[in-house]
Amino acid sequence: MASITIRDVKKSYAKAQVVHGVNLDIASGEFVVILGPSGCGKSTLLRMIAGLEEISDGTIAIDGKVVNKLEPRERGCAMVFQNYALYPHMSVAQNIGYSLKVAGVAAAQRNQRIQAVARILELEHLLDRKPAALSGGQRQRVAMGRAMIREPKVFLFDEPLSNLDAKLRVQMRSEIRKLHRRLGATSVFVTHDQVEAMTLADRLVVMNGGRVEQVGTPAEIYGRPASRFVASFVGAPAMNILEGVVALDGISLLEGSRRLPMPRAGLPVGTKVAMGIRPEAVRMVDPGAAGAVEATVDFVEELGAGRVVYVDLDGASFSVVTSESAHPAPGSTIGLKFSPSDMHFFSSETGARLDFFVASLPEPVV
Amino acid sequence: MVERTPILNLFTHLILFLGFVFCIAPFAIVVIAASHSLKEVNDVPMSLLPGSDFWVNLQTAWTTADLGPKLFNSFVMAAGVAAGKVIVSALTAFSIVYFRYRGRTLIFWLIFVTLMLPLEVRIVPTYAVVANVLSPYQAILDVTGLSWLIEKISGVEVSLNLGLLNSYTGLIMPLVATATGTFLYRQFFLTVPDELTEAARMDGAGALRFFVDILLPLSRTNMAALGTIMFLWAWNQYLWPLLITTDASHATAVTELKQLIPNVGGMPEWHIAMAGTLIVMLPPLIVVVAMQRWFVRGLIATEK
Repeated sequence: MASITIRDVKKSYAKAQVVHGVNLDIASGEFVVILGPSGCGKSTLLRMIAGLEEISDGTIAIDGKVVNKLEPRERGCAMVFQNYALYPHMSVAQNIGYSLKVAGVAAAQRNQRIQAVARILELEHLLDRKPAALSGGQRQRVAMGRAMIREPKVFLFDEPLSNLDAKLRVQMRSEIRKLHRRLGATSVFVTHDQVEAMTLADRLVVMNGGRVEQVGTPAEIYGRPASRFVASFVGAPAMNILEGVVALDGISLLEGSRRLPMPRAGLPVGTKVAMGIRPEAVRMVDPGAAGAVEATVDFVEELGAGRVVYVDLDGASFSVVTSESAHPAPGSTIGLKFSPSDMHFFSSETGARLDFFVASLPEPVV
Repeated sequence: MVERTPILNLFTHLILFLGFVFCIAPFAIVVIAASHSLKEVNDVPMSLLPGSDFWVNLQTAWTTADLGPKLFNSFVMAAGVAAGKVIVSALTAFSIVYFRYRGRTLIFWLIFVTLMLPLEVRIVPTYAVVANVLSPYQAILDVTGLSWLIEKISGVEVSLNLGLLNSYTGLIMPLVATATGTFLYRQFFLTVPDELTEAARMDGAGALRFFVDILLPLSRTNMAALGTIMFLWAWNQYLWPLLITTDASHATAVTELKQLIPNVGGMPEWHIAMAGTLIVMLPPLIVVVAMQRWFVRGLIATEK
């Protein structure tokens, strides 16, 4: 078990800078998930922790010891790769035991530890097979076994589940979670899948464009996104965002075509803001109901337990998640209601969250 | 793609068969000629039915050309070249593909250029070097005046000399130094996923450990293919062994075949020559048959 301290870490290749000064503290035994779209630098950050990429600037410390110049093997990290990276010519047992063999552990002791790991991962009957004769889930488990056997201080996962089919992914997800509970090793898990991220993480790190956008528990990230990017990236379907301008009597949305007057709480008139609201927080009501805005239904996605209704709100596309039995037909007009406490506001300029509204919002008047 | 084209099938098989006959015919004639007596082999036209002197001819050829030690020489040379190639090429390709160092591109191109300078082209300088391996250094010392300086100071005349004529080393080394194998390995190494390299690093394996434990086992088929090709190529070498072996004790089987070929005005003992040819042909044939499965796999695809 070990804590990881990341200070002002930057990474550039030739001319392009891909990681712009990341600061992060990971507590001992914590399960941290780094979430972000492809190309956001999350894998690069992970690989810098592992020692597979050089750190251009800043420091990474494991257990208080700066590891910038250390070889991967000296850092006490183990890594699970996206494509498993099993050695094709070695049996499962040899794959799992290779690091011990390199470290010069005697064969008898090695076998003992291989057996122990195989028992945990239910691989005992597969130990003599070659990777080519394994299914995707089994390969994944072998890759985990290879990481586990070294009893590392830190586990690093580089999108390890993205090559599995949906059902297996859910299963492996809970297995990884169980394993973490059992071993208690500090874990850093990189993914672009938000469901994976939300379900696994003790703490979530959302990255975009080589910068950390927000760090927090999954509930915090979902409930109080720190930026417009986080708001639209986390949650499915994505948060609805409407552009607006601060006016004298409130905030005018949708370029003034329809006004949803809100108190403006101290921003200069004319400031551009973006209002976000989760599709789950929007209620469908009859058109013409008090305090409702009208919208035209574009199409409906059936989810079984509920449905996603995509509507056109004066040219802006808007989605509503509803579990009610109402099944509006495309082309029909419906009313939408949402409460101010569910709204998030972001600066249009910087994308940063504007928090002053939360304290003092009365019901909007139409 | 499955097609049902009986006529086309027949036609293609016919062409294949013709090709086969075309290839096998000279070989068959060699075998038949080797079984004739002196009189029969010189009949015009020569009978295409096998004669009865096959074993006698083989024995005569064996003793006349002293093929026992010559085959041994050939074997040492061919095996040495094959082994040397397999090892040296793997190492150079490993260096080129897996390490980033100053001058890497230059080295890559230097190796590449040797493809355009086969042994036959540079045979005179190569001979000069093998005759005295140290001659380039001697030349450097002479040109820079260092040897003069050393002679003035110590009174010792600088004369470096290390000859490799009539030695296995001299036979093998210049044939090892070509680029083909390096490129075969390079292409293969480039297909090995980076993640495998990184997994090995995470497992604590250093560069050499990775090379021995991961890369070499994965390139087994490549090594078999390269080894086979190089064995055949070295076995069939004629010009280089002929040049460098002035002493019969180091001559190879292929160069010694000329002993069996009738001189002008001598006895036209073609049956003996053919029998000798058969003997010399045999070892590469065995190698090909034994390695065929590996050989084909190594050339067409990487193991999944």
